[in-house]
Amino acid sequence: MRNDGKPAVVVGAGPAGLCAAIELKKAGAPVVLMDENAKPGGQLFKQIHKFFGSREHKAGIRGFDIGKELLAESLRLGIDVRLKTEVVGIESGLKVWAVEDRSKSYTLDAGKLILATGATENALSFPGWTLPGVMTAGCAQTLINVHRVLPGKKVLMVGSGNVGVIVAYQLMQAGARVAAVIEALPRLGGYGVHTAKVRRAGVAFHCSTTILRAEGKEGVEKAVIAKIDEKFRPIPGTEQILDVDTICLAVGLTPSIELSCLAGCRQIYVPELGGNMPAHDDYMRSSNESVYVVGDIAGVEEASTAMEEGRLAGLHAAWAMGYMDDQTMKTRTNETRERLQALRQGVFGQKRFAAKERILAMRKDA
Amino acid sequence: MNAEKSPGSRIAKHAVLGDMPVQKELTIYFEGKPLKALEGEPIMAALVAAGVTVFRYTKKGSPRRMFCGIGRCTDCVMTVDGVPGVRTCVTEVREGMRVERQQGVGNWNIQAEADHA
Amino acid sequence: MSNNEALKTTGAPSLEELRAVGQLASEEEMEGRGCLCIECIEEIPCNPCQTSCPQGAITVGFPITNLPVIDRTKCTVCGLCIPACPGLAITIKSVKDDRARVRFPWEYLPYPSVGDTVRMVDRLGRELCDGKIVSIINPERNNKTAVITAEFPRKFVQDAISIARRNIDV
Ligand SMILES: Cc1cc2nc3c(=O)[nH]c(=O)nc-3n(C[C@H](O)[C@H](O)[C@H](O)COP(=O)(O)OP(=O)(O)OC[C@H]3O[C@@H](n4cnc5c(N)ncnc54)[C@H](O)[C@@H]3O)c2cc1C
Ligand code: SF4
Ligand code: SF4
Ligand code: FES
Repeated sequence: MRNDGKPAVVVGAGPAGLCAAIELKKAGAPVVLMDENAKPGGQLFKQIHKFFGSREHKAGIRGFDIGKELLAESLRLGIDVRLKTEVVGIESGLKVWAVEDRSKSYTLDAGKLILATGATENALSFPGWTLPGVMTAGCAQTLINVHRVLPGKKVLMVGSGNVGVIVAYQLMQAGARVAAVIEALPRLGGYGVHTAKVRRAGVAFHCSTTILRAEGKEGVEKAVIAKIDEKFRPIPGTEQILDVDTICLAVGLTPSIELSCLAGCRQIYVPELGGNMPAHDDYMRSSNESVYVVGDIAGVEEASTAMEEGRLAGLHAAWAMGYMDDQTMKTRTNETRERLQALRQGVFGQKRFAAKERILAMRKDA
Repeated sequence: MNAEKSPGSRIAKHAVLGDMPVQKELTIYFEGKPLKALEGEPIMAALVAAGVTVFRYTKKGSPRRMFCGIGRCTDCVMTVDGVPGVRTCVTEVREGMRVERQQGVGNWNIQAEADHA
Repeated sequence: MSNNEALKTTGAPSLEELRAVGQLASEEEMEGRGCLCIECIEEIPCNPCQTSCPQGAITVGFPITNLPVIDRTKCTVCGLCIPACPGLAITIKSVKDDRARVRFPWEYLPYPSVGDTVRMVDRLGRELCDGKIVSIINPERNNKTAVITAEFPRKFVQDAISIARRNIDV
């Protein structure tokens, strides 16, 4: 049954891709893991806070420590990890076109393809948004937690979702002062326990508020914010000037779907999970049966869900390639689905759960 | 406001990450002036640590620095060893590297490249 | 269930919101050795408080988005759950005569030292009064979340939650 030695190729070595590759390799399937970066881990190494979830989800462990564990496991298993390797194309017959070190290009025939390319942060334009000092929250997070340099001392955070609130907290841990977190919607987006720890450090939260402009000559010197009405129009007379040198944008993520488009996966629009994304079934298979999509590319959620989705795809691909028996695949898949389900409960999870259910329904209609 | 002197510094101590591990120091040249960098870090990090705010100017003269920090937006491009348009957020520092602000898309500095080779 | 208006607009829960889900301890409960206070009023997928407690005094159960429930008859106020909570939502409060103490998680540098005078803050980050650091511990198992105890005047016990960050060079 085993298919002619063609490896499963996993693109993206974030939490989703790493877990997929680990499951494949554990089952004995040949697997190649590619990532454009010099270091694997995706977003995990920026995340220095303790994770939620339960023990099976590695709750209470800090993101970068989970990253280290996954790396150690992939090393121990001897997974063929190709770093500084960008996948630039997918041709029919699952030919993966890779460029190593921005110079050497080659193709590789894949038995199965698992796309774990993550998501890209959204930008927000307003007068002054190109000034030095305006950056995405992820950029600031990379600077402080990976490179250990502080890009500014007084920060305005735009966006109150978990990314904005967590990065605001981490900027304070790095020694900065956060002037405020603003949110366009009337209610804050992030988990209450996260907002509470930022609030008690003296950071003001302003809902129904937007940024009008950034001012400064060679860099941000001031930010002007204002209240907005139900139609998101600024209310005159509510302007407030904040004395900041850095403005961080945490205004959502969009799945990085380019490769899935090239692979011919059918795309659907799910606004709650970031916009356009490849449709998939409950084994994370896209409309192209040989192509799986896992993690943020299949709908932006969290590192913990990304890992479980990666495992689902890894298990199914290993089985489809003939490296896992029916029973093992079924049992392990069910366990993994239960863990995923547990993460998609509650007020926050339910919205995502409903969206994910819609994706599965759309896939069945196809 | 002085474009060279601005907020920005190394995070030597951290409650979660611990003390900054000792790393080999290198010297790079920003606009001709020597500047300390740490082995393995991207050019962007060395410049931020040194308090450099402006990485380049657009054709119309408006200043730019990094935006995404992961190689996607190209806001952070500079002329590195004579080659313009290098993304400084994903390019590691090297001993003696020369980093210059570029205006617009910049110019290829063939001489600088030859010197380096 | 309330819609947690304060939490979702100011960032911090109000006393009413805590009371509504049974998470506001009374001063009687804080008498003597003190009592555990959890401020986790939103359904999030999380249960390390439950799994970290050697006495089985905290129950989240299934689904793991249930709010944590404390059994005060089992809780020995050992404080092990404080650094285990990724939401930094757990404290221990006690009162004796006209003084009060709060034991809380802390992840900022510089750490205060025992005996230091600090500023106590409320949930909105407003400075309330002076406090004195009684102890600070950060063993390996805390995984970098220090646990600090501060003492301050009793009348602030319901509002005090933490201390102000210090030496921010801005
Ligand atoms: C700034 C930011 C902060 C976040 N903070 C949190 C948080 O605190 N907690 C949380 O739970 N979640 C957080 N998230 C959500 C995050 O998306 C998930 O945690 C998780 O990282 C998603 O995993 P992933 O494997 O799908 O993607 P990623 O971790 O993004 O990994 C994708 C990898 O694929 C690589 N890649 C993409 N395209 C190619 C290509 N063509 N060729 C080669 N390699 C490629 C990328 O470079 C990257 O390394 C954050 C996300 C961002 C962007
Ligand atoms: S203080 Fe100790 S006994 Fe009480 S709930 Fe926490 S871990 Fe359990
Ligand atoms: S560990 Fe903390 S955040 Fe998680 S459920 Fe328990 S109290 Fe809430
Ligand atoms: S900062 Fe975006 S590419 Fe360098």
